[in-house]
Amino acid sequence: MNTKRIVFSGSGGQGVITAAIILAEAAVIYEGLNSLQTQSYGPEARGGATRADVIISDEPIHYPKVINPDILVCLTQEAYNKYSGIIRPGGLLLTDSHYVKQEWKIDARHVELGMYRAIMEKIGKPIVLNICMLGTMIGLTGLVSTESIMRVLETKIPDDFLEINKRALEIGMQLADSHNSKHVSSNAQPEA
Amino acid sequence: MRGNVRFMQGNEAIVEGALYAGLHFYAGYPITPSTEIAEILSERLPMIGGKFVQMEDEIASMCAIIGASLTGFKVMTATSGPGFSLMQEAIGYAIMTEVPSVVVNVQRGGPGTGLPTSVAQGDVMQARWGTHGDHSIIALTASNLQDAFYVTVDAFNLAETFRTPVILLFDEVVAHMREKVVIPQPGDIEVVERLRTSVPEGTNYHPYLMREDGRLPMSDFGGKHRYNVTGLVHDMWGFPSSDPKVAYDLIHHLVDKLEHRADFIARYKEHYTEDAEVLLISYGSSARSALQMVEDRRKRGVKVGLLELQSLWPFPGKTVRKKCVGRSHVLVVEMNMGQICQEVKKVVSEPEQVFLANRFDGVLISPTEILQQLNMIQGKGV
Repeated sequence: MNTKRIVFSGSGGQGVITAAIILAEAAVIYEGLNSLQTQSYGPEARGGATRADVIISDEPIHYPKVINPDILVCLTQEAYNKYSGIIRPGGLLLTDSHYVKQEWKIDARHVELGMYRAIMEKIGKPIVLNICMLGTMIGLTGLVSTESIMRVLETKIPDDFLEINKRALEIGMQLADSHNSKHVSSNAQPEA
Repeated sequence: MRGNVRFMQGNEAIVEGALYAGLHFYAGYPITPSTEIAEILSERLPMIGGKFVQMEDEIASMCAIIGASLTGFKVMTATSGPGFSLMQEAIGYAIMTEVPSVVVNVQRGGPGTGLPTSVAQGDVMQARWGTHGDHSIIALTASNLQDAFYVTVDAFNLAETFRTPVILLFDEVVAHMREKVVIPQPGDIEVVERLRTSVPEGTNYHPYLMREDGRLPMSDFGGKHRYNVTGLVHDMWGFPSSDPKVAYDLIHHLVDKLEHRADFIARYKEHYTEDAEVLLISYGSSARSALQMVEDRRKRGVKVGLLELQSLWPFPGKTVRKKCVGRSHVLVVEMNMGQICQEVKKVVSEPEQVFLANRFDGVLISPTEILQQLNMIQGKGV
């Protein structure tokens, strides 16, 4: 695989950092890849725009920050306004239709999905939005396997919450699947 | 490499290294960006019968680990710039009394309370000269988490070998990022244990009487022997003395025991240096950016290499001088206003000029910024 640079952005408390750690750990422990995770660390982690970076590669990773992400996820309007400009041309922008209104055209594939709505309809608890987002993201990109993410969830999530997290991951995967099947002829195929 | 593959944060890798080396007593006052070290140890140390104490401040923390070390345990404290400033007097006491101890300073922006959550490497000189009086010190650093694990084990080993405080000078980026670490099996890497005296109970023990090899065997304080420990200049019994000969010999001993073994203490890594025309010198997180820049340039056939320092004090001057000879340009990359650059300039005569690429505004220097600086000094424009 080529080196993939991912930025998860949202607001403090949405769990974007947790999602980033789970993705990076899945890549390292269960896929034998190199991965490095950093986060913006500061007052913005308590309410404002927050951001977590992940780099995944089969080669050693040195510079730890992401300047231009191949994949950008925005879970709030503020995060979209702040970060949508840094996406690598031809990259993937994933936003949530409940939180983000598209303001401008970007030189990337923009996928807007109702992750928050699906979670609220099927589970009723917004705390698992981050895991649903992770499911959607890997469903769209094939970066790591669902099994790898599941195995990390099993080691990291307390038993009482494991089931709703697994369901959230599956809901995310389904959203991605139905999006992929609607866009078979476009470039929306999972990038292996 | 056999071992346990884990995905963890830098501060956690430091904890794993310390526990591998036999850490038994930790006293500290949590401060960003080192807090996770205290947090994790507060859970882990009691599980292995060790002690974790949250102290009222960093002065007390440093004093507590000195006391605990004298009683025979491996000890550590962790802090950041403001707390490191408070520890300086007691670090001098540990140097004077020759008490093995490990002090982690996860650097953040300074001076004052500075930039609490941002990266910096501005405490390099403070690690060397923060405490008063003529002395020497060991300071180690690392740019990735596997090495952070190794140099932490190393810090405990050197502290025991030389009976000295050892400073672990990490930075916010290395401490907070997460990546793969392989934890070696017990016994896979060397762990140096305390050298204890063979003097039997009931016989006079001289705490500061050197063996033939220059080492000072210790006796667990409060155990078999009664002896005095003081921050004053002291004789071989550990009692205060103002005899100029005693003072002369003691200060010489404190400095020479490290400076004369600088080659043994020197730790560094070379990346693509063999045929490099341009040599970068860096350490800690900025060495990651430097290495990225080197690998990017190598793909275009540019002969550039990196000397990554893992020991900063005693400054590995001999190595640096030797490695710089024959290069067209030497560029020091660091996250301060040139603290190691000045040391490099002191020892390097060929090439004539040494240049600096740096940032000190809380943002990690990027490979592009290093390249721009190199282009500028080579007269290529930016």
